[in-house]
Amino acid sequence: MSDRSWICEPCGLETLPAPEGKPVIRLVGLEKTLDGKKVLDGVNLDIPRQRITAIIGLSGAGKSVMLKHMIGLLRPERGQVLVDGVDISRLSRKELYHVRRRFGMLFQGGALFDSLTVYENVAFPLQEKTNLGEGEIRERVLSRLAQVGLEEARGKYPDELSGGMVRRVAFARAMVTDPEIILFDEPTTGLDPIIRNSILNLICHTYHQHGFTMVMISHDIPEIFQWSHNVVVLHDGKVIEAGPTAEVVQSVNPFVQQLIRGDIAGPVHLM
Amino acid sequence: MMVSLAETIGKRTLQAIDHMGKMAIFLTGTIASLPFPPYQLRRIVKQIHFIGVKSLFVIVLTAAFTGMVLALQGYYTLRKFGSEGLLGSAVALSLIRELGPVLTALMVTGRAGSALTAEIGIMRIGEQIDSLESMGIDPIKFIVVPRLCAAILSVPLLTAIFDVVGILGGYLVGVKLLGVNAGVFFGQMKASLEWKDVANGFLKSVVFGLIIAWVCTFKGYFTGRGAEGVSQSTTSAVVLSSVMVLVGDYFLTSVLL
Repeated sequence: MSDRSWICEPCGLETLPAPEGKPVIRLVGLEKTLDGKKVLDGVNLDIPRQRITAIIGLSGAGKSVMLKHMIGLLRPERGQVLVDGVDISRLSRKELYHVRRRFGMLFQGGALFDSLTVYENVAFPLQEKTNLGEGEIRERVLSRLAQVGLEEARGKYPDELSGGMVRRVAFARAMVTDPEIILFDEPTTGLDPIIRNSILNLICHTYHQHGFTMVMISHDIPEIFQWSHNVVVLHDGKVIEAGPTAEVVQSVNPFVQQLIRGDIAGPVHLM
Repeated sequence: MMVSLAETIGKRTLQAIDHMGKMAIFLTGTIASLPFPPYQLRRIVKQIHFIGVKSLFVIVLTAAFTGMVLALQGYYTLRKFGSEGLLGSAVALSLIRELGPVLTALMVTGRAGSALTAEIGIMRIGEQIDSLESMGIDPIKFIVVPRLCAAILSVPLLTAIFDVVGILGGYLVGVKLLGVNAGVFFGQMKASLEWKDVANGFLKSVVFGLIIAWVCTFKGYFTGRGAEGVSQSTTSAVVLSSVMVLVGDYFLTSVLL
């Protein structure tokens, strides 16, 4: 995908024009240490509004930690996490909960509640956080389930679903509150290529229908380049490349090229 | 060698203080959130069913045999002094003041407390707690508060059932098996038992309910990584809450007596 093309190649829908203005999320000098290891080491990054941004990097590079900072699940030791100019790392718990209403998040394993059915899982944020009536909640939940193709599975429990279905339910739950920003932590990891592409296609379709800002961690290289406007490459807790997908793909950084090609030889030696 | 030993002791002491501080903050935060909506009444009822109703069988079984063995031991001890008539009051006082609250708490810890830790621990490692946070839902309010309220309500009720069943067990062995006069058994019980004994037993059971829910939810909430982390948290929750119940029992008894 490119900012200039008006038709999205993979899903065939019209691309939304790139909005003007400041980035919706801005990370400034972010530092975080976990278990004695510096996971984020001075991260500076802008997430553009109403675009799909993919974050790629080796396992343990700090991608999930960075994503959790964006929604305030982790607080940095140094630096700022600005959401529309507001540093959410300095907010009180109550203020942070208010900001999180703008977000939806899809966790790596789906993080569905085992004791609730598919319908109840998707309805959960609406029942807990809104004053909507039961009828309206039902309408919205069924519409979201239809969008991810799981209307028929609404009475099932998470342990009765396949990995791909769990991610689709989690996606329906993440977007049921109509958030402005959706964060995806490896939405396709561990899925076969057909289901992986169908989920990426679903994400792309949803983007075109609603115009969410989407940030997605992915190991699906190079496939993810087809589905994202921007790419961020994280290595050893640092952003080493970030920008429009076409530019990152052409990067001269040897690590970026090694990651894209999946070469064993290169600046990173794992074994 | 000495420096290393001092370092180890210092490190362990600091870790223990840090842990106690975290536990205190966790409890304070939970109690502070109690007066504010949403009140989670449905979830409290569900937890009362889990902690209270589902523990009934094990409580009744334990209580019956505790009362029976108390009567058996008490009868042979009291007979040495020709005081078999005091059997009813010995059984009732032991149960209501001490054994009822303590054994109920220990059984609830084993049956429900361990399950609470494991359940919350699995929610933590499955990112369900993070998922609640990401939706702007306070996990303490959603997960911990209903369990704390349910334990504080259930443990005293289970203790009352334990006391009654235990006394019936003592009656069966003392009166029906060993031949103590039924009128004397209950008459002495009534004469020696005061409302203060019942109130003290009740107070203990409320405190024990709080301890169980506090320790078990804390251990689950801050569980380690993976299945091993959950298993360690569950074990340490059962051990710590059992020890805290017994230590708490001593201090409560010394204050209340």
